[in-house]
Amino acid sequence: MIDTVDKLIRRADELKSAKKADIRILVSMGTCGIAAGAVPVFEAFKNEVAAKKLDQAIDIIEAGCMGLCHSEPSVEVVNVKTGENVIYGTVKPENVAAIVESINSIATGVTTINRSWYYPEVEEKFEGSIQARIVLRNSGRINPENLDDYLVNNGYQALAKVLTKMTPQEVIDEIIASGLRGRGGGGFPTGKKWGFAAAQKAGRKFLLCNADEGDPGAFMDRAVLEGDPHSVLEAMAIAGYAIGAQEGCIYIRAEYPLAVKRLHLAIDQARKSGLLGKNIFGLGFDFDIELKYGAGAFVCGEETALIHSIEGKRGEPTFKPPFPAVSGLWKAPTVVNNVETFANVPAIIRKGAAWFRTIGTEKCPGTKVFALAGKVDKVGLVEVPMGTKIRDIIFGLGNGIKGGRKFKAVQTGGPSGGCITMEKIDTPIDYENLIALGSMMGSGGMIVMDEDDCMVNIARFFLEFTLDESCGKCTPCRIGNKRLHEMLDLICQGKGTEETLNKLKTLALVIKDTALCGLGQTSPNPVLSTLVNFHDEYLAHVKDHRCPAGVCTKLIKYEINNNCVGCTLCARNCPVNCISGERKEKHVIDQDKCIKCGVCFQACKFHAIDRK
Amino acid sequence: MSCCNCQEQAHEGIKLIEQFPEKREKLENYIKTLDVSDDREKNCGYLIQVLHKAQDIFGYLPLDLQLFVADKLRLHLSEVYGVISFYSYFTETPVGKYKINVCTGTACFVKGSGAVLDELKRYLNLEVGETSKDLKFSLGGLRCVGACSLAPVVMVNEKVYGNVTTKMVPEIISDCQ
Repeated sequence: MIDTVDKLIRRADELKSAKKADIRILVSMGTCGIAAGAVPVFEAFKNEVAAKKLDQAIDIIEAGCMGLCHSEPSVEVVNVKTGENVIYGTVKPENVAAIVESINSIATGVTTINRSWYYPEVEEKFEGSIQARIVLRNSGRINPENLDDYLVNNGYQALAKVLTKMTPQEVIDEIIASGLRGRGGGGFPTGKKWGFAAAQKAGRKFLLCNADEGDPGAFMDRAVLEGDPHSVLEAMAIAGYAIGAQEGCIYIRAEYPLAVKRLHLAIDQARKSGLLGKNIFGLGFDFDIELKYGAGAFVCGEETALIHSIEGKRGEPTFKPPFPAVSGLWKAPTVVNNVETFANVPAIIRKGAAWFRTIGTEKCPGTKVFALAGKVDKVGLVEVPMGTKIRDIIFGLGNGIKGGRKFKAVQTGGPSGGCITMEKIDTPIDYENLIALGSMMGSGGMIVMDEDDCMVNIARFFLEFTLDESCGKCTPCRIGNKRLHEMLDLICQGKGTEETLNKLKTLALVIKDTALCGLGQTSPNPVLSTLVNFHDEYLAHVKDHRCPAGVCTKLIKYEINNNCVGCTLCARNCPVNCISGERKEKHVIDQDKCIKCGVCFQACKFHAIDRK
Repeated sequence: MSCCNCQEQAHEGIKLIEQFPEKREKLENYIKTLDVSDDREKNCGYLIQVLHKAQDIFGYLPLDLQLFVADKLRLHLSEVYGVISFYSYFTETPVGKYKINVCTGTACFVKGSGAVLDELKRYLNLEVGETSKDLKFSLGGLRCVGACSLAPVVMVNEKVYGNVTTKMVPEIISDCQ
């Protein structure tokens, strides 16, 4: 039981001086690591260490995500005495013996990866790295299921500081001074939001954490919840103190079973240790957190919709004002912040607003986590200071485009964002710059596209998503997006005209102006941004009935040319058996039966198949 | 309670609740742990978690189960149905033994999940959201699972298949036997 601040400090000191194993082996076990096969690797380490009777010398730790998605399962070997570390990538159970064998050096035959990030809270800078980890400071470094691991890394010290040395107003002032802005997409100053709710005179207030991460291609909140759940709980308690709320609630996607499990565990541990519940640290502050599950609705990421969902209703947004800070959950003043925003708070309280302002830009201090995915070579979760150039992320951290293809665009902000082209790639990232480019920050998905992607088709894809997820409450979003999608469908089939393009643009602008909530107002962004940046591609579809990237199936056909040597590889691979021909003779594709899946095109080793 | 027409309809179909008394008891016991009172607004706050539990226990949420939940939480059937039809996680029809889900995230899309989905549709002769008559396969889309480095991703129940091509479809299906 940690019921006083003294006990917290003593516990942390005890843990720091406790005898530890000389070596820590951290296996990255977030959802993605597990999907890539981290569990057998973890088991193999356990067995190997037990077989060699090294249990005392080596600790095997189930850690959260390190963000090295391109090389999962990844494993970090840390020498506790010297502080030296080696990171191995794409580790297989058969590599485990070699790694344990050369535990004090570098194992041969296993891929090693350079650590490319630093921790601003403890290190000044790390040469050759543009990554700075505040939000992900503990992710991949601690066992998220062990409270002691969090405590030894300054866990709950910020809460102790707030409760003993600061008034609620001072906490709010500190957060305002830090310039922290909401990381969920809008970028509203967090301290101001807290201030509005704090100013309300009400008996009951609520603090909500938005963990309904729905952007396709964004998974940073999950990484935090899976890798460092206590940091979110601590931040919520701090925010609760600041606004005068005693009840917190985390609204989490039911599709994140591992995050749900670890959060449950963390809440349980915190309650049992007295870090949540009645009279925290014996200082008279009560705060408790419960979990509420989402049920698969993207629109519930919008704060008013989220509140309705917690009330057990359909997750439909309502008009603001009144803002949730005035009348939110059960009509009480409510603050909604997202996971990444919360994860910044304990660090700001510990190190101070001035420190936080040294990272990032004047208007947007701090860092932002991006989920780098798509056609980029090194897919992963990266955290960079605000103001970092997009080029440095994609071509630096991401190592450029996979397979030497040409970069075409990067989509930020998910279904509400837009595309950024090569010309704009040197833009420093912050909220305002991205909006000026017709995109937005969103939750931080960054999907890279290469020359093989058709931008009309991409716009159609995002519209399809919006159609599925529109709650149907307001007409512009419900019907307008449906019509937009139909027009894009026509264009992709080669049935569009230049008139269709004009209509497309007009309707997109109307939806932007008239939809009720953030989801609706931003839903035409992918259309508008591709219309501006890739106008030629739209024109090729409507004027020449041609898809330059060769993606829109109605506009392409596959034909076999004279390079064909009759190896039969294409015919054997064709899923619908529409390729015929004798061995060692030129083959023919039956155009009526062809489903244009492109398997033959990929299979052919003689460049004998043309895509037209 | 609520409207009598629906009640009649429920009586006509198979009554899941009566078919599995032990499951009914499990759900009833769960609802007993909640503080259900005369405050309908407060009861409504429990609705989504009760439906999660009910779907967990029964697999799907047919009309008689919806009526049962409405009755226990003292809500109208319309409120319960409104929530079920709004959220994509809840289903009113039984799902297959093997839930085959193609990730519909953007990373998977640019890496060719569309072609994989088309091939699965053709191979299983099912549309998205449908279940085969023998209740063996359900085909669906899945929102980003965050395994973007393995894109395109197909999930069969809990198992993840990464870097899926159209050629791998027969193999994935035969793994289900």
